[in-house]
Amino acid sequence: MKDNAMKNIELTIDNTTVSVPEGTTIMEAAETIGIKIPRLCYHPDLSLEGACRVCIVEVQGSRNYLPSCATRVQDGMKVRTNSPEIRQARRDLIELILDNHPRECQTCERDGNCELQDLAYSLGVRERLFEGKRKAHEIERSSASVIRDAEKCILCRRCVRVCSEIQGIHNLSQLYRGFDTVVAPAYEGPMAESVCINCGQCINVCPVASFLEKSSTEPVWAALADPNKHVMVQIAPSIRAAIAEGFNAPPGTPATGQTVTALRRLGFDVVFDTNFGADLTIVEEAHEFMERLKTGKNLPLLTSCSPGWIKFLEHFYPEFIPNASSCKSPMQMLSTLMKTFYAEKTGISVRDIYVVGIMPCVAKKFEIERPEHLMPDGTPYTDAVLTTRELIWMIKAYGIDFMNLPEGEFDNPLGYSTGAADIFGTTGGVMEAALRTAAEKLTGQPLAHLDFKEVRAVSGLKEASLEIAGQKINVAVANGLNNAKTILEKVKAGKKQYHLIELMACPGGCIGGGGQPYPPEGHYVLDPEVIRLRANALYTIDERKTIRKSHENPFIQTLYEEYLEKPGSHKAHEILHTSYSPREPKGIK
Amino acid sequence: MGQAFDFYQILFDQHNHAYEASGEKDKIIIQVGAATCEIAAGADPVAREFEKLIQASGRKDILLKRVGCTGRCAREPVVGVFVPGGMPVKYEQVTLAKVQTIFQTHLQQGQPVAELMLDKKTGKFYEYVVILCSSGQCSPSGGKQLETKLRSRLHARGVDPQSIRLFHGGCMGLCPAGSKGKQRVMMVFPEKILYLFHNDQELDEIIDLQFARHQTAEKYITHADFITEQFFRLYGDVAFFNKQTRLTLRNSGLVDPESLSDYIRNKGYEALARVLDGDPGFVIDEITRSGLRGRGGGGFPTGVKWKNARTYSNDPIRYVVCNADEGDPGAFMDRSALEGDPYIIIEGMTIGGFAVGAQRGYLYVRAEYPLAIKRLEMAIENAGKHQLLGKNIMNSGFDFDLEIRLGAGAFVCGEETALMYSIEGKRGQPRIRPPYPTQAGLWGHPTVINNVETWANVPTIMLFGADWFSRLGTEKSKGTKVFALAGKVNNTGLVEVPMGTTLRDIIEDIGGGIPNGKQLKAIQTGGPSGGCIPASRIDTPVDYENLAAIGSIMGSGGMIVLDEDDCMVATAKFFLEFTQSESCGKCVPCREGTLRMLEILERITCGKGTHEDLDKLERLGRLIQKTSLCGLGQTAPNPVLSALENFREEFIQHIDEKRCAAHQCQQLIRYEIDAEKCVGCTLCARRCPVSCISGKAKEVHVIDQDKCIKCGECYNVCKFDAVMKN
Amino acid sequence: MATATKDGLESDIVKFISQCRKKEHPESYLIAVLHKVQEKYGYLSQDHMNEVAQRLQVPTSTVSGVATFYHFFRLRPRGKYAISVCLGTACFVKGADKVLNAFQTELGIEMGETTADGLFSLENTRCLGVCALAPVVTINDTVYSKVTANQVPELIRQVKSGKNVEG
Repeated sequence: MKDNAMKNIELTIDNTTVSVPEGTTIMEAAETIGIKIPRLCYHPDLSLEGACRVCIVEVQGSRNYLPSCATRVQDGMKVRTNSPEIRQARRDLIELILDNHPRECQTCERDGNCELQDLAYSLGVRERLFEGKRKAHEIERSSASVIRDAEKCILCRRCVRVCSEIQGIHNLSQLYRGFDTVVAPAYEGPMAESVCINCGQCINVCPVASFLEKSSTEPVWAALADPNKHVMVQIAPSIRAAIAEGFNAPPGTPATGQTVTALRRLGFDVVFDTNFGADLTIVEEAHEFMERLKTGKNLPLLTSCSPGWIKFLEHFYPEFIPNASSCKSPMQMLSTLMKTFYAEKTGISVRDIYVVGIMPCVAKKFEIERPEHLMPDGTPYTDAVLTTRELIWMIKAYGIDFMNLPEGEFDNPLGYSTGAADIFGTTGGVMEAALRTAAEKLTGQPLAHLDFKEVRAVSGLKEASLEIAGQKINVAVANGLNNAKTILEKVKAGKKQYHLIELMACPGGCIGGGGQPYPPEGHYVLDPEVIRLRANALYTIDERKTIRKSHENPFIQTLYEEYLEKPGSHKAHEILHTSYSPREPKGIK
Repeated sequence: MGQAFDFYQILFDQHNHAYEASGEKDKIIIQVGAATCEIAAGADPVAREFEKLIQASGRKDILLKRVGCTGRCAREPVVGVFVPGGMPVKYEQVTLAKVQTIFQTHLQQGQPVAELMLDKKTGKFYEYVVILCSSGQCSPSGGKQLETKLRSRLHARGVDPQSIRLFHGGCMGLCPAGSKGKQRVMMVFPEKILYLFHNDQELDEIIDLQFARHQTAEKYITHADFITEQFFRLYGDVAFFNKQTRLTLRNSGLVDPESLSDYIRNKGYEALARVLDGDPGFVIDEITRSGLRGRGGGGFPTGVKWKNARTYSNDPIRYVVCNADEGDPGAFMDRSALEGDPYIIIEGMTIGGFAVGAQRGYLYVRAEYPLAIKRLEMAIENAGKHQLLGKNIMNSGFDFDLEIRLGAGAFVCGEETALMYSIEGKRGQPRIRPPYPTQAGLWGHPTVINNVETWANVPTIMLFGADWFSRLGTEKSKGTKVFALAGKVNNTGLVEVPMGTTLRDIIEDIGGGIPNGKQLKAIQTGGPSGGCIPASRIDTPVDYENLAAIGSIMGSGGMIVLDEDDCMVATAKFFLEFTQSESCGKCVPCREGTLRMLEILERITCGKGTHEDLDKLERLGRLIQKTSLCGLGQTAPNPVLSALENFREEFIQHIDEKRCAAHQCQQLIRYEIDAEKCVGCTLCARRCPVSCISGKAKEVHVIDQDKCIKCGECYNVCKFDAVMKN
Repeated sequence: MATATKDGLESDIVKFISQCRKKEHPESYLIAVLHKVQEKYGYLSQDHMNEVAQRLQVPTSTVSGVATFYHFFRLRPRGKYAISVCLGTACFVKGADKVLNAFQTELGIEMGETTADGLFSLENTRCLGVCALAPVVTINDTVYSKVTANQVPELIRQVKSGKNVEG
């Protein structure tokens, strides 16, 4: 449009003069003087909705109140953010939302952690004047991962926006109109039969409890209480970088040891690390990659750790199924080993083993139920998946003083990992870990520099070209499935030969997963700053480790010697690999 | 003149020659309306019957013509019989039986059938019909002074004033600027001569020649271009029409809407030809100078909007859109216009497209208007065939195409951002502005959206000039406005009057007042976004500012007349029910707030309201007005707030006395049986759905008030008027 | 949800969609396509909407969101005779609510429902723009003007006996 040089605009907000660059919104300008205007539907990473009207302000000369999220500053503007009339209007607006919202805060999962509740309290809604008819909807529980409770929905449309703008799934839409409006998949059909990829970002962005993960805490409590069960747990790489936020620590506070101790206190018999599975994945995947490089077939190789991405592949891009790595995800590799290798080794009956995965991800709840991932007797290798949020809640429910716990160590042999496994939790991490191993195998030389900073993706999509053993390797890293679409369309267009592409469903990778803690005070969901801090924690852990290449994990080496023979062996394929198939309903790209 | 004008002249000559050659001019024309409303009233069989009779009679000098709606809705189907040189005769509410009579008596025997005529004449034939221009702007007495003068002078010259029927007409838009009130115009039928005079002496001369000696007063005849002349000539002798000033509707009821030829012969496409030979900037300047404001309700200056779209960016892709999603309940201006004269809209949009630099235009039309859609499709195709749309329009090098997009039943799509989403194939939910459509509209490109009536004004302004146009109307509201007059008024229908005409003129003079001797209570303008104007404000001149000042809005032109039998609480509730169910559901105040207001109104109309409820209504109303995202929400409380302001005592009556004086609120009605009249026929007791009426046969019946659900069935079925509604 | 046909969309609609796909902004023709489907089949079935989504390459949720947003679209088959009572202002002022009540009582169905025998559906229309003839009722494509509540039983009898209205 207009490419004038950026100029500054001077205005007054609550009688304070503010000078901000042209194009700034009133909301942003107010923040520069320390006023956080109340807001609800607004989300900085999503398109402007302007629907809740909570962030309205008074602008002199304007007949109506203006939404500060959308109104850009103008020279000489006189803004009042807290006139009595504005305060009254905001209260009334929140009351109108509450009047059409179940009165069950005390029994709601988001009690104490609900944006609507916070606003009602801080804006001073203390009476209900307008109550009347309320909407009525059934809770929709068909999905293995996501529960949809339309009765609590306040129609901010954040879920619809994240589902389409960030993930490109377009599974959710508003249906009907006016007071009858409801957010749901097409035809208000069950989530389980939709193109939902179970990423859980709708849960993350929901300001209330309209979307929640399907809870598995009850069966886990029951297993823990059962003396006949050998309850084993594994924690995903990204958990250690985020869990402390649930106990009021700043984002990026690593808490590996405390988590291990907490799990033992909760009663888990064995605490393993999904990182071990990650190292194993790299060894298998690097092998697969080198095979494909040799034959030139099914390139680029697409990573397969993210179950959200995999379901997306099956709905939207079935033509790329041959390109996907057949490696199970690290969690599934490890669970399989627990119920095969570990069970054989310890002599514990598989029937008595109960495997729990602590995951940043709600799609993992779906993944464990996939038929390809069931044991021959039809039971799952992983019995339950808990999200970071669920584990935090269990620790709190138990009364464990998490931050003051001594640091525990993982059990062995499936608890030891290299630095390459830690970074699995962030976007670009799988790629970097794979390159560390592949480069060394291809060149046959020890790697001088382990940090492949060119694939550490700050943005949702990053491409790089590397020279390895005289060969040009084109790689790409995508997180957020809209970025996956972009890169896959580029592959289809065929203008460039890609060799390896890392794909993660969630923005920022697993650290931004749909099961991670709700944002701490001062941050918002999907906040790139939170993502950055969590990623830093993982890179720090990686740097501090002495062994930072997956294939150098001594326990992995032993495992191959004792059990799996060699990477890509028949045995490895039998228990560490899987398959995918096109899925209905077909997604619209 | 340039390329386009040359093209136009050839086109005009072609069509004119064809017309001359057809001999139509010398034929007797029977006109039958062909708009949705006319067809609903039975115009099709009427037309077929005439066709049959013409054929059977073997007469080659009679031609049947289908035309658009004249707006005389209450009297439809209207049939016009125009004998060359004779008085134009219009028949009303024509049935198949009447067709026989009209054909036999009028066409075969040459005797017009007085008792079937529109606005039934006295049965007596006048020698002359005279229309005096009596627009309130030039004649404060509404022409009464001149009438007295004329009658006395006629008398003095020995002419029987009773042999002349005299009408006071609206402004004909004939006079040059600055001559306001200095000259007067009269049209004389059956000659349809137009005289222009400045003083009594000139008037005397005209009387002397025209009425005493039956000669024409050549000296005073004016041949000035008179935009509504054709319409006046056919319809000017009917009070309903001659008080109007028809600019946008000038062809409705005059031309065959499906005939490009008819349109071209009535000045069609001359404006476009002139525009295409010139500069787009000139068009924008003219439209700006004319003072034209958006007729969809907002009243935004059209020229400014066009300029914004043209100058905001260098984006080479731009669009123009015609908003024909006429959704106000009780409004049918756009439907009539599209059905009656589709080409004028197309020409207007083409001019607009040229002015703002658009290559494509969209007509967003309600799916509920199939006939309008059909006519538009036909007109677009025809215009394309004649190089009036498409590539290189009129050899000017300008390319422009039009496409129709259908709505699907969502009132909110009249809001411009919602409309754009709907054109893009999405849910029609408004978005925050800015960016305005002129900055980032359809698919992100600058887009001008105007409503049907606004576009229909464009060719006229470009033809007659901004100066001419801006003489009509008031200081800030120029030109005319079309209203759909409905409700409790004798002449329901479509009227076009200069801005500044008073409500009284519209309702009493044109509308013919309130039927059945009832009292006017209020006038609702602006539909669900407007307000109820109390009868005491009937002398308010209608324009954007004046209506806003009395708590209503101009809106797109719905005008509903309410009488003493209308309950203002129920009326307010009706409108709120409408907006509530049409709320798109996006923003909180409109989605949640309108329902809460409606619940309160429901309580009040059931006799369960409280005084606090009135405060709540006002609090919610103001909240919704000030915080809603789009115009639908911002104006949704208007009918309620204006009713509260002007008719508060009715609300109080519902609350305190549990009484609805207009007997409209069902729950407040008490049905009782008059013991004097009840014969004990048991019919009511048998029909009562809750069996709350007791009484043996031949004995007086009684209604159990506690059980009564006020369905009114007993009242409806009683043959003895024994059930009373209190 | 019931579906009228297991077969896919008929060829004229398929052709229309493929024409739309060749134009600029093909997704913008969604509403036009849905109009055509409803015109042909009387309502929008899930199967048909799914097929529209695939052929036009518009997400199913969008198709469903659009179909439910606009009142003009029906998601259930309508009766042989679709009765619409105009509830515009002019009709309301002239007693359309009473006419509607009469239809509801007489047919035993609410607005938006179809009688068990599949004969009648009751729909509400926003203003048809023929306000001068208020109150207005349309049965299929036939317009009845100045209808009173008392005429309703007779009107239904007439329609049932096949008079005036084409089924």
